Amino acid sequence: MASEQPILKLEDVHTYYGNIHALKGVSCAIPSGDIACLIGANGAGKSTTLLTIFGVQRAAEGKILYKGREIHHLRPEQVAALGVSQTPEGRQIFPRMTTLENLEMGAFLRGDKVAVAEDMEWVFSLFPVLQERTRQLGGTLSGGEQQMLAIGRALMSRPELLLLDEPSLGLAPKLVEKIFETILEISKSGVTIFLVEQNAHMALSISNTGYVMETGRIVLTDKASDLLQNEKVKKAYLGE
Amino acid sequence: MDTASFIIQQLINALFLGSIFALIALGYTMVYGIIELINFAHGELFTAGAFIGIIVLAALQKTGFVESHFVITLILVFGMAMAYVAVLGVAIEHVAYKPLRRASRLAAILSALGMSIFLSNGMMLSQGVSDRAYPSILGIEGFSILDARITYGQVFIIVLSLLLMVALQMFVNWTKLGKAMRATAQNQTMARMLGIDIDKTIRVTFMIGPALGAAAGVMVGLYYGSVRFDMGFIYMIKAFAAAILGGIGSIPGAVLGGMIIGGVEVLWSAFLPSEWKDVTTFVVLILVLYLRPSGILGEHVSETRV
Amino acid sequence: MPSSNVKKFIVYSLFMGILILPMVGLPSTGFEITRALLVWGVFVGILAFWLLGKSIRGSDAFQSAAGGLAPFRSRLFDNFTKVPTKIYLCLLLFALAAYPQVANNYMVDVGITCLIYVVLGLGLDIVVGLAGLLDLGYIAFYAVGAYTYSLLNLHFGLSFWSCLPIGIVLGAVCGCIIGYPTLRMRGDYLAIVTMGFGEIIRLVLNNWDKLTKGPNGLLGMAKPAIGYPSFAEGGVKWVSYSLKSLHSLYYLILLIAVLTVIGVGRLNNSRIGRAWIAIREDEVAAELSGVPTTWLKLLAYAMGAAFASVAGAFFASKLSYTNPNFFIFMESCIVLCIVVLGGVGSIPGIVLAGIVLIAVPEVSRELQNYRMLVFGLAMAVMMVLRPEGLIPATRHKRELHETEGETYGE
Repeated sequence: MASEQPILKLEDVHTYYGNIHALKGVSCAIPSGDIACLIGANGAGKSTTLLTIFGVQRAAEGKILYKGREIHHLRPEQVAALGVSQTPEGRQIFPRMTTLENLEMGAFLRGDKVAVAEDMEWVFSLFPVLQERTRQLGGTLSGGEQQMLAIGRALMSRPELLLLDEPSLGLAPKLVEKIFETILEISKSGVTIFLVEQNAHMALSISNTGYVMETGRIVLTDKASDLLQNEKVKKAYLGE
Repeated sequence: MDTASFIIQQLINALFLGSIFALIALGYTMVYGIIELINFAHGELFTAGAFIGIIVLAALQKTGFVESHFVITLILVFGMAMAYVAVLGVAIEHVAYKPLRRASRLAAILSALGMSIFLSNGMMLSQGVSDRAYPSILGIEGFSILDARITYGQVFIIVLSLLLMVALQMFVNWTKLGKAMRATAQNQTMARMLGIDIDKTIRVTFMIGPALGAAAGVMVGLYYGSVRFDMGFIYMIKAFAAAILGGIGSIPGAVLGGMIIGGVEVLWSAFLPSEWKDVTTFVVLILVLYLRPSGILGEHVSETRV
Repeated sequence: MPSSNVKKFIVYSLFMGILILPMVGLPSTGFEITRALLVWGVFVGILAFWLLGKSIRGSDAFQSAAGGLAPFRSRLFDNFTKVPTKIYLCLLLFALAAYPQVANNYMVDVGITCLIYVVLGLGLDIVVGLAGLLDLGYIAFYAVGAYTYSLLNLHFGLSFWSCLPIGIVLGAVCGCIIGYPTLRMRGDYLAIVTMGFGEIIRLVLNNWDKLTKGPNGLLGMAKPAIGYPSFAEGGVKWVSYSLKSLHSLYYLILLIAVLTVIGVGRLNNSRIGRAWIAIREDEVAAELSGVPTTWLKLLAYAMGAAFASVAGAFFASKLSYTNPNFFIFMESCIVLCIVVLGGVGSIPGIVLAGIVLIAVPEVSRELQNYRMLVFGLAMAVMMVLRPEGLIPATRHKRELHETEGETYGE
């Protein structure tokens, strides 16, 4: 795996919100098939990193490579077409569309109806609750259901790279466990996962690689299992 | 005329007027839903539709085509008017809205208003200041229910508007493009992240909305028998009131709002001095905005969206 | 010209053809093919000019040339801006004061109209420029002023000067009536509601036959008069002198316009002005900082309306006639164009735009016809290319460009 070129590579990426320098040179490389996680405090720039990868925020400097191809000048819809998908911060469910329609929107770029139907079955097998809610409007789902729907919708494009932003945010502990189990399951199907989390313990325990972010920079990169043992990380993010 | 026939008569009148307001209101609501801005040039698009209708109709009449192929004539008149206005709508979007998508709201409103002034005066200069008579091809034949008199023209217009509304509803709910439109309206950034080309979606919205307005324009011309360069103004305000009343952004809301405004106007004209009827629409509009700005069917849409 | 621009040129030209040819070429009078082709030609010409300009500006040669010229340009510009605005305004005032001495009656009449629109433009600028509220029914307040004076003068014989305060108060009250329900509304709702209000006032004037004589209008109001003490024939007597001549009316409206400029200028830099700006930029933040937003918004409407009302009273007394058709929606649009093209929030810009936009179309009948066509297009183009107006107010320039260049990018 190590010899292959990484599926996603960031080289010294800088992003600004107006005058605020949000990312100050982020570099990382995620191998194909990996689960990588990005942990850090609120406002460290984790979500901005994901939005920049997707072209929602524009990288002012630096390069973003997807399978060796530069994508930092692409618009979000073009990035999506390359096989990247995202469950953004706040889930961003379409509130006035049904669960089914939300999932269908995930497969917007795909023409093959049979394959889409198969993936729909797969998503329903991952999240059986969604099957009971197909006719319900997205806006009326509970927080946990919305999170599952957001992940399900992202899977409907059959992505090669899945960017997950805080999948555990605001969910009950039991549900968090369930979501993380599902993430592992998704990873097993061959999808590379880049996970942004505040729940550092959970995130590191399912990941292979971990990145620690502080005020717009990646300050620590290591194997996730090693990070779990790292004293600094323990103190700052694991609450030990 | 006894009470029952009177009620039927007024009901038909209200349905007729309401459908026209509803068609125009749909244009507002669709554009508003997707870019959160009012299309100020919508009244002029409606008028442009009426003018193209009369141009096509006059040409067909000269060749005697109207008598021999009545149905095809109607299809041609409505089709050409709607197609022309769809192109015009896209042009307006391209010139006045697209470059300002990230600018301040005031700038976008003013540029759209500028387009509206431009179009209205352009039509005045090219088509003349005075009323233009529409060829009366719908005729005055009809039938009676009790004592209420209903013309086939009225029936045709009501049926056509309902068909257009149903078609729109089907398009928006069942087709891929329609769903993309709804998704873009609800969350633009997310729609882009799912691969939806929002430029294209907005363009399509600016074709469909104005085209419906154009159909209403032709209907008004056919029924009232004349068009004028500035007739869009009053229809614009009333249809806007309808869109707000129903809840702007909501398609069924626009239809409901149109029917209510049509009903109020017909009722007013039936019992009270009709020169004041326009004032009532404004009063309704202002009351709705004051008491329930989100409208009857409108969701409480927050100002900012992620 | 790069190939992308050539493609753009062809596609845009074709679409323009589709849009222009049937509409212009087929009026009720028959075929007007030459006219349609001419109009199309004009638009294609403008398009070509624009695209050519764009590609030249984008070319390297131009960039380097412009780079070389930049110091010159900025020096020239500096020299212009170094002179305080007050001096320009004084020069302008002098020119305006001397104008009737060299102009014929018709030209003085046009001058009066220009100055009326300057007053209207500045009044609307309080609402749009300072408080950031859009008002498309502004002309209604002008009507209120005109009708207040006309009715009071005709029925009670009140003089212009005693009607002025009444008109101002009535105008302000109407401003509040319109302002109150619209306080919580956003820009575009506000636009349509004010448009509706403007129409209501016009319709009321039109339909209320008993009071306003409907579409026939009111006739025979007295001109404004000024009083002075006379010492002739022993003893002091108060003599009133009616301002019948165009010259004297011109100086009266000039005085009103100067007072308006001073008034709006002082408002701009006052505490209230700053509070308005705060509301315009971020209403929630302003409210949280203790700015009484509701009250101040009403005040903006009331003050804007008061200026329009004064202009209206003057207008009615000058003509000795008024009717509802003077106050159609298009008039509101003209005033708005003056504000927008001059530069939202910019007093010199609005003064200049008021004079230019009203005076230039008077040159010929042809120009009159095309006036609103050009204004409308100019307004749209201006918003896209130079939203701050011809003579921008410094504060606004920053603000209107602020949101550009973030995220996405095409």
